[in-house]
Amino acid sequence: MIRVEFLGPIAREPMEVEVRDLAELSRILFEEETIRPWLQKCAVAVNDVMVKDPKLPLKAGDRVSILPPVCGG
Amino acid sequence: MMELYNGPLDVKEIFGRWLDEEAESNYGAYIPFVGTIRAEGGIEALSFDIYVPVLRSWFDAWQARAKERGAIVKMAHAVGDVPVHSSSYIAAVFSPRRRVALELIEDFVEDFKANAPIWKYDVIDGRRIYAEDRSTPMEGAGLLADGQKSE
Repeated sequence: MIRVEFLGPIAREPMEVEVRDLAELSRILFEEETIRPWLQKCAVAVNDVMVKDPKLPLKAGDRVSILPPVCGG
Repeated sequence: MMELYNGPLDVKEIFGRWLDEEAESNYGAYIPFVGTIRAEGGIEALSFDIYVPVLRSWFDAWQARAKERGAIVKMAHAVGDVPVHSSSYIAAVFSPRRRVALELIEDFVEDFKANAPIWKYDVIDGRRIYAEDRSTPMEGAGLLADGQKSE
């Protein structure tokens, strides 16, 4: 299982999904009405490392974090 | 060095301590930056969420960049509510010479705004409202939307 966490203002509990890569996860998240509007604006970390490849393979036990737009300071 | 505090920062204590820490390090320049919460838009405070593991990697990467130039960076940030006219964020660069410190403090503070995993909320009448209009997508945002389009 892959654990998906939604950070900051995204009002959504973590979810556990069975997917092989980020592209597959993207399709699942796209079906979620509360999450869909965020996808275009969010960055992604896998196991706390920021990632750039939209087709990055995932393996059991991976933790995906969804990071919405930021404003520190 | 990166420090996180619940609530507003004790700016004088932190800057004073940082100065003491580097008193014998032979840096010729120490440039501090203080971010203070302004009273505007009827807010009583700002509030912050931080994703610490990614903030730590972001900060470590900056420390490595500073080190290449013989400098060091330090920062402190607040978690939770910070009332107006108090400080939520301070940063500093120490370097052998002023030029490097002046350049680094600008790049560091600007990149912090754009890429540190911190979320800001206005606090109005005790309610927390995400500061969406002032927030910026992080580098690489839209990854999961791209995955959708490619199908």
